[in-house]
Amino acid sequence: MDVVMLSRLQFAVAVFFHFIFVPLTLGLSVLIAVMQTIYYRTGNETYKRMAKFWGKLFLINFTLGVVTGITLEFQFGTNWSRYSEYVGDIFGSLLAIEATLAFFLESTFLAVWVFGWERVSKKMHLFAIWAVAFASNLSGLWIILANGWMQNPVGYVIRNNRAELDNFFTVLSNPYAWGQFFHNLAASWMLAGFFVLGISAWHLLRRNEEDFFNRSFRLAAGFTLVLALLVAVQGHNHGNTVAKLQPAKLAAMESHWETQKSAPMYLLAVPNESAEGNAIQAFGIPGVLSLLAFNDPSAEVKGLKDFPKEDRPPVLLTFLNFRLMVGLGTLFPLLAGAAFLFRNRLQDKQWLLKALPWAIPLPYLAIMAGWAVAEIGRQPWIVYGMMRTTDAVSPVPASSVAVSLLAFGAVYTLLGVLDIYLLRKYARKGPAA
Amino acid sequence: MLETIWFVLWGLLWAVYFVLDGFDFGMGTLLPIAARNEADRRTIYNAAGPFWDGNEVWLITAGGVTFAAFPKAYAVMFSALYAPLLMLLFALIFRAVSFEFRNKIDSPGWRKVWDVFQFLGNFVPALLFGVAFANLFMGIPIDGNGVYHGNLLKLLNLYGLLGGVFFVLMFALHGALWMGIKSTGDLHDRAVGLARGIWPLLLCAAVAFLAATAVYTNLYVNYLKLPPLLVFPILAVASLLTTRFFIASNSVGMAWVCNAVFIVCVTFFGVFGMYPALLPSSMDPAFSVTIANGASSPLTLKIMLTVVVIFVPIVLAYQAWVYSVFTHKITDEDLEDEHAY
Repeated sequence: MDVVMLSRLQFAVAVFFHFIFVPLTLGLSVLIAVMQTIYYRTGNETYKRMAKFWGKLFLINFTLGVVTGITLEFQFGTNWSRYSEYVGDIFGSLLAIEATLAFFLESTFLAVWVFGWERVSKKMHLFAIWAVAFASNLSGLWIILANGWMQNPVGYVIRNNRAELDNFFTVLSNPYAWGQFFHNLAASWMLAGFFVLGISAWHLLRRNEEDFFNRSFRLAAGFTLVLALLVAVQGHNHGNTVAKLQPAKLAAMESHWETQKSAPMYLLAVPNESAEGNAIQAFGIPGVLSLLAFNDPSAEVKGLKDFPKEDRPPVLLTFLNFRLMVGLGTLFPLLAGAAFLFRNRLQDKQWLLKALPWAIPLPYLAIMAGWAVAEIGRQPWIVYGMMRTTDAVSPVPASSVAVSLLAFGAVYTLLGVLDIYLLRKYARKGPAA
Repeated sequence: MLETIWFVLWGLLWAVYFVLDGFDFGMGTLLPIAARNEADRRTIYNAAGPFWDGNEVWLITAGGVTFAAFPKAYAVMFSALYAPLLMLLFALIFRAVSFEFRNKIDSPGWRKVWDVFQFLGNFVPALLFGVAFANLFMGIPIDGNGVYHGNLLKLLNLYGLLGGVFFVLMFALHGALWMGIKSTGDLHDRAVGLARGIWPLLLCAAVAFLAATAVYTNLYVNYLKLPPLLVFPILAVASLLTTRFFIASNSVGMAWVCNAVFIVCVTFFGVFGMYPALLPSSMDPAFSVTIANGASSPLTLKIMLTVVVIFVPIVLAYQAWVYSVFTHKITDEDLEDEHAY
């Protein structure tokens, strides 16, 4: 394998592994902050125990999120140095601002929260968890402003053989970035909701600490339902942005080859990239792709054939990941709806209590698939329309990257297994421990 | 001018990082010899408990700021030092995980494994930073395209290794003093004893490093050009001596502060000696990445300066507050807390 492919694989390993831990951090911090606010307001000790129990799981998850995040910061320099040099003026600033504004706040106040139960005032302690929730989501905003700039570069000029900042405000108000941010934010919070629902359901099925887990469940049920709906709505909106700004990605998402008006959506399609078409396509509904992409059933949707071959993303992977994401995204409101509907008579709905723990991995899968669409669908560009991934890689020997890729594979597998084992152990143990 | 301000800020961020994470490095490095029993070990972990993660963010910020203000320096440095940086990364990963995982399973074998990683996760970064910075002071073999023409073994030259030993000792003293601040009884006495033992070694290493710097690097050129800058090496020596004085008079806190000043001065001494290069090339000075050919656009530098000038003091303020909340000695009660490491 060449150095480009190895570096891409390594980045994929690093970023997907990192993103196992991020969404739970974003959403669970908010839920814990809500629990603790209820405790602060009512003095009800159950909510304090809830904040502590869910907080323990939060921390086991958080640590790996932090350390795997440092990997990403390193990767841009170690493996994508041509990219870093070319766009650092803009991209680097967004990362530096993320660290300065968000990471300090997050890590410092998390320490206050963890070690401060008896050492700071109740009010300050409540503030600490809200600061953690705010800061982790703020860091999400800055990193997506950075990723959004790779997807839709704005506010720059090419000068001195690199992309230089021209208008900071334009970079900050990038519509692609904001669309992606809200879609990702809603998905992350929803994932945390399903996490709480699933673990609560597991205990309720065994009638452990029923009051504790009923309260946890009810708190999460409405939250999860609202977010599952928002993910879908915002996903549709963001799809419109992609259709406008990244037509090649949209065409790959749908495996749509011929430019046409009133483009149909095929319920069943099997892309065949070498033949520039679909090996199988069936159950087409006329105008639906046009409608979904542009909110107009007669709109013209550009097909892949209208893009030079060297400018097309890998179709099959983009297409399959998109279908996986959308399929799961359709299931989530139904599942969350059932949880919300039956939240007060859960013991009558054993099937729901049995199903929800198994649903915990599904939002993870959907979010990974979504990021795969965003990143694979952007290829062959590292910065859409501006810089190709092949021009971005560091001048390092392929053997170095092969060795580091193996090391990442080994270390991450080990840590991932241990972390999931510990999460499972402490989730099952319940709040009594 | 803007570029020079950023160069100084760059040095400052590294200095703050070394002062703060330095004591974590030192405590982890000393863990195997300072701790006699499980309570000692847990005291040492929890002495770093509320701080290490916030300290580590200074590294992320130093890296991020290098990326933002000097993208070419970031790109060339990280790709040239590929192997050592990934070793650093893995060490930091295992350090973080050792904090979080160690106390999660009640088994001596499990804890022992994480104690090893806690040691390696602190010792290895301390050593690598020393080796890396010494090599930067000397210059590394990069060509005009930022391509590195060396290998891992070439970094482990005499001066690089001396830098590594120097940094390990400097942080070990820093960690011993922090351990003294946070502990009581036998562990406290042992920590102070260690500080007393490390100090003469550090003095020797510092003198040797300063002397070798004159032989192996061009750092002193800047000091001869602008003698007032000599205040940093002089202050470094003075603060190292006062550190010893305060150790002798059992003022561990003051000794820690003096050693912190020492670390800042050492960092400034090296960084300012490199000016205007961030990454001197040993192949040809024309290939060096400097503030002239490596900086971001003036607009980016201005925006980032605004961000840093506003937010870094705020960060320093709330981190200082957190230090004031948690400087107390670790008690049995602290160790019994369910969230304690």
